[in-house]
Amino acid sequence: MTTKHTLSVLVENKPGVLARVSGLFSRRSFNIDSLAVGETENPDVSRITIVVDAESSPLEQVTKQLNKLVNVLKIVELDPAQSVQRELLLVKVRADRAQRSQVLETVELFRARVIDVAPDTLTIEATGNPDKLDALLRDLEPYGIKEMVQSGLVAIGRGSRSITTGPALRAA
Amino acid sequence: MTRPTPETLAHRATPATVAAAVNSTSATVAPVATSGAGALVRSLEALGVEVVFGIPGGAILPAYDPLFDSKVRHILVRHEQGAGHAATGYAQATGRVGVCIATSGPGATNLVTPIADAYMDSVPIVAITGQVSRSFIGTDAFQEADIQGITLPITKHNFLVQTPEELPRILAEAFHLASTGRPGPVLVDIPKDVLQAQTAFQWPPTLDLPGYRPTLHPHGKQIREAARLIAAAKRPVLYVGGGVHKAGATDGLRKLAELTGIPVVTTLMGIGAFPDSHPQHLGMPGMHGTVPAVYAMQKSDLLITLGARFDDRVTGQLDSFAPDAKIVHADIDPAEIGKNRHADVPIVGDARHVIDELIAAVSSTAGGTEQYAAWWATLNDIRERYPLGYEEPTDGTLAPQYVIERLGEIVGPDAIYCAGVGQHQMWASQFIKYEKPGTWLNSGGAGTMGYAVPAAMGAKVAAPDTTVWAIDGDGCFQMTNQELATCALEGIPVKVAVINNGNLGMVRQWQTLFYDGRYSNTELGTHKHRIPDFVKLAEALGCVGLRCESKDDVDKVIKQAMEINDAPVVIDFTVGKDAMVWPMVAAGTSNDEIMFARDVRPTFEEDDL
Repeated sequence: MTTKHTLSVLVENKPGVLARVSGLFSRRSFNIDSLAVGETENPDVSRITIVVDAESSPLEQVTKQLNKLVNVLKIVELDPAQSVQRELLLVKVRADRAQRSQVLETVELFRARVIDVAPDTLTIEATGNPDKLDALLRDLEPYGIKEMVQSGLVAIGRGSRSITTGPALRAA
Repeated sequence: MTRPTPETLAHRATPATVAAAVNSTSATVAPVATSGAGALVRSLEALGVEVVFGIPGGAILPAYDPLFDSKVRHILVRHEQGAGHAATGYAQATGRVGVCIATSGPGATNLVTPIADAYMDSVPIVAITGQVSRSFIGTDAFQEADIQGITLPITKHNFLVQTPEELPRILAEAFHLASTGRPGPVLVDIPKDVLQAQTAFQWPPTLDLPGYRPTLHPHGKQIREAARLIAAAKRPVLYVGGGVHKAGATDGLRKLAELTGIPVVTTLMGIGAFPDSHPQHLGMPGMHGTVPAVYAMQKSDLLITLGARFDDRVTGQLDSFAPDAKIVHADIDPAEIGKNRHADVPIVGDARHVIDELIAAVSSTAGGTEQYAAWWATLNDIRERYPLGYEEPTDGTLAPQYVIERLGEIVGPDAIYCAGVGQHQMWASQFIKYEKPGTWLNSGGAGTMGYAVPAAMGAKVAAPDTTVWAIDGDGCFQMTNQELATCALEGIPVKVAVINNGNLGMVRQWQTLFYDGRYSNTELGTHKHRIPDFVKLAEALGCVGLRCESKDDVDKVIKQAMEINDAPVVIDFTVGKDAMVWPMVAAGTSNDEIMFARDVRPTFEEDDL
């Protein structure tokens, strides 16, 4: 069973809150695999999506410790099967005249997009779950990856229910 | 030397006059124009603060101007660490929020140790620090330190105030956070220009803490489940920690214990929650706990844990701790439950509510000590065979344990005892009999040497009519004794027993036991060279200095100190350096390996159970 867990952490949108959350992970010896933060539909509330590698009992401990942070409003673990998970990848691939059409074929196949063109490189944008992006990178690797950057994972539950409603969030 | 006369001390505000003033100001205040500093001081008054401990400096200076006219008593300490521990001692003695104030940079960083100390022991204090002006923040300005960042891991919460308008709300939130749920330290960092800016002070503010909702009332299902396990247990133990003090649940604890007949152990932070003289009290568990307390937990089939946290000093090697016990774990902090030991029945709630509901749930099945006759027979046998004790030194030196034992007997259970950290702390926990909550103060979790003198100062301010003894070591005493000058000048007559063995005693004990007696850097020279001479030092600090070097003088000198109530007193008890704290479970080993004395393992009959 995978030990990777996706936590959606709703926090007050105040200075220093990210430092409190990330500091807590390092202080309690937990590793963050990926982290993404941004505002929600309520400008007073930010949403931090954290992918953490932990067994279930330490995960429970870190969740409880997170809940103790005064600025943390709510924590929900998102089950991969019940949620949509996405990362953004920007990658600069070597693509001279000879290789260009093959690279473009791969881009097409993964429903990625070319966002910048230079004589010897193509810069590609792709979104997807981590498995899809890994597969894309594997296919692009033989051409030569000059540079790449990846966002943290963001995730949202499937269906009509929302985690950002409820009594905890009304005051914020 | 001129100590302040009673007349000069009399002008100072008493708690009663302060309380009267507070009641008049805590009512609604329509907006009045004032500075940020004025809003700070008026907020403290409205929050009922009687006393603050602090030192002024550049960034906090604006706050000291309105403080000059305030009913809030400011006690000028000699080091910010003293202010922090004094706030802690004040809070531990009263259960109310202690307040300390420091300036930016080094003033604030000097508070780091007492804040960490209060965090580990869940003590409600509010630290107010000056910060450089907003436009200088982040520029490495003079006396700038990111104290909010520095104290992130050691505060329950902290604030950097951005505008003078939010000061009343933030202070009210700070006091609320510090004193509710699991108590703890809260820091409020205020830039100098925020203190200087003009604002309109208004009271009361509206708290805005949407993410803070401590659970006070336990879940009924969990209480019923706990009651079911209690009814089924053959060898239960009530494992009681500091949370029971904080919840004011000591009366309920006694009722629960007597109703069920279950033996009680109290942790270092729990001492006083259950009378030491009570026949159901087995003493303190853990590294220097009593043999009966450690044995009872190891053999137990049910630990009913109330406001305790399975600290490593209690459990020893975790894997072999109480191997047959099911665990009922009640704590106000859900993160403590299951942190170190899996809880079969987790109960989140305030210890007072938990205990009250447990009493109601077990009252139909509880049968007093009779119900556990076999268990008690075993425990009483162990208690008989392995009582707390010590050997008289053979080299003619004074036994430190004797000094502490006599101190407790002469001074009695109404006094507050406040220990430093080390051997003297353990002996003070073992050989003084505590009958009442709030009479034993110490630095349990952090183990802060230097805690005793300033904490005793804070406790004495909180309880001026109570005798307050600091029991300190010669190592600890040299870390914070400067606060005796504060005590002498402010009319805070604490008493200090320096258990002076000339060494860092606990470290030396470990060197004796685990480092072949290689005493690397533990000799302090307070015996060999009498540097410092604690009697002269005491006198220099405006205290009465006494010395006791022989067993025959112990009672006489303690009584002499008890008669002095107009000045702080320091007794230099010159004691032997070879005394050791027993029993002992060596760090990292199993509690089954407890040593009753050096090379003496208790023998437990397998058929005891």
